[in-house]
Amino acid sequence: MPLARTHSIALVGVQGHPVEIEADIENGLVALLLVGLPDAALREARDRIRAAIVNSREAWPQRRITVGLSPASLPKRGSSFDVGIAVAILGAADVLPAASLADLLFIGELGLDGRLRPVRGVLPAVVAAAAAGFGTVVVPADSAPEAALVPGVRVLAADSLGSLLGWLRGGCPADGAAGAAVWQGGSLPPDGGGPGPAGAAEVPGRDLAELVGQPTARRAAEICAAGGHHLLLLGPPGVGKTMLAERLPTILPRLEPAAALEVTAIHSVAGTLPPGGPLLSRPPFCAPHHTATKAAIVGGGSGIIQPGAASLAHHGCLFLDEAPEFSRDVLDALRQPLESGEVVVARLGVTARFPARFTLLLAANPCPCARSAAAVSSAAARSGCTCPPAARRRYLARLSGPLLDRVDVKVEFLPVGRAELLSDRQFTEPSSVVAKRVELARQRTAFRLRGTRWRLNAEIPGSELRRSYAPAPGALAPLERAMDLGEISARGVDRVIRLSWTVADLANVARPTITEVSYALGLWLGAAA
Amino acid sequence: MNAKDVLGKQGEQLAAEYLQRAGLRILDRNWRCAEGEIDIVAAERRALVVCEVKTRSGVRYGTPLEAITRQKRNRLRRLAVRWLVAHGVLFDEIRIDVIGVLRAESGDFTVEHVRGVG
Repeated sequence: MPLARTHSIALVGVQGHPVEIEADIENGLVALLLVGLPDAALREARDRIRAAIVNSREAWPQRRITVGLSPASLPKRGSSFDVGIAVAILGAADVLPAASLADLLFIGELGLDGRLRPVRGVLPAVVAAAAAGFGTVVVPADSAPEAALVPGVRVLAADSLGSLLGWLRGGCPADGAAGAAVWQGGSLPPDGGGPGPAGAAEVPGRDLAELVGQPTARRAAEICAAGGHHLLLLGPPGVGKTMLAERLPTILPRLEPAAALEVTAIHSVAGTLPPGGPLLSRPPFCAPHHTATKAAIVGGGSGIIQPGAASLAHHGCLFLDEAPEFSRDVLDALRQPLESGEVVVARLGVTARFPARFTLLLAANPCPCARSAAAVSSAAARSGCTCPPAARRRYLARLSGPLLDRVDVKVEFLPVGRAELLSDRQFTEPSSVVAKRVELARQRTAFRLRGTRWRLNAEIPGSELRRSYAPAPGALAPLERAMDLGEISARGVDRVIRLSWTVADLANVARPTITEVSYALGLWLGAAA
Repeated sequence: MNAKDVLGKQGEQLAAEYLQRAGLRILDRNWRCAEGEIDIVAAERRALVVCEVKTRSGVRYGTPLEAITRQKRNRLRRLAVRWLVAHGVLFDEIRIDVIGVLRAESGDFTVEHVRGVG
């Protein structure tokens, strides 16, 4: 049979699209033609596949081979089609029974020696394969644990083209057969799979107890962790801004299975999965340097579209230390994901969407010299800040109004007092205690939001907030006053109401009263004590 | 004569015998003109078959069939026209065939015939 057909997956962002691979062998000069919008890496597949087939002791068909990848309009990138193309060619050459290939889906890059090399994005590709109704997926052996996270799919892990061909010729491999193994999908690894037993996602070596003082900031961090609110940490150097931000993941609960899969899929595309235990069940923490470009933060790049830091922090924290040092475009590019929870990267012919629902943590000094104790000018004079008032204003103005408007909680750090620093910190709350309160608050939120697609207070849309989740009557009085004074925008009002729900959930209050709303407004304005 | 030329001659002889057995009429062999050489000119019904024979003693440098490039095929097309003009005959169709002859280490030959490469 001069024609064989099989399947693979093309990834656009974290979205997989099934691709049909057809190989046709006809008379003509010996050549391999690859059609269907391949990029440079995929064009090189011709040479890799030829070497891999010859080195697997198979004959290269001495004819004109046309390989078509359809849908032809979808740009295909990278090397993950190698294995599919190789078996399609061998199917067309009658080396393999072509009928057995039609229902299979192959993902993997071929080495010149015929080895199957792992590729990025195996998890989202297998998810797409399962969604498209493929029952068996062939992946490189190194990618098998990742592929096996997807329920309802039989994963065949092959380490070389030779062993794969043996399996395709002779039916099913026995368990433990050399070079090929069958994994049943949906088997979560024993370590850290699924949600922890109501515990926190402990990060080894870090604990909130290490932070000295800063009761206001601790409280703010707890509220942000419970409700998924964004946080601005303002204060002079050395008071623990970075320390607090880095310890925020320790009070966040473990990811739920669906969220863990989403996060793992993004990291799979980015190639940042740890080897071995592939499922990420802890909320990710991503702290890009302030010289990062827009593409590094929101995603992009030439060729294969890569997720940026905002997406790598999906369901976790994105920490921008020294936030005013980031370039203005970078900060303003974050406004879209902050609002919609996803990043859309448009390219010729494709649009990639990356989920990016993160908790934004910003840390900033109050001025360039950073010697002032607080952003209030009287304190500045006291601690020897030499910056002229205009420079101080300009420095913080780099965080644009629209961005700050989206930050729910602004908290100012005060210099640590001598007594605080030297006192015995035995009674300081460790992460585990705070995490328990966060977990309880989140449970209350989830109970209230059951039957909706939102999980956290920060995710409730404004219209729904006013209709179904309005605070107690009369509780909005402080907000109305702030609006009359022009201290808060309409969006700010919504954010304060969401925040007040989280404060209420933490305090186990059924519905925010004037106390919770006032406190939330204080947090929003950055004047909480 | 070089060893490689002997091998080439042998290959062409085998190819010609193969074509004859396949029912083609050999019209000419090793026809030369200013632009090059046609190994075998044959006729199959109303088609003129211009045949390039490539003989190799191993596949270390690729198979014989892989050695025929697009440029070679285009040259064979031009040579076919020249042959027709020189002989003043007419055919309904001109076809370019390639025959790869491979000598195994045992000394046996394998002949592979690809019809109509362009």
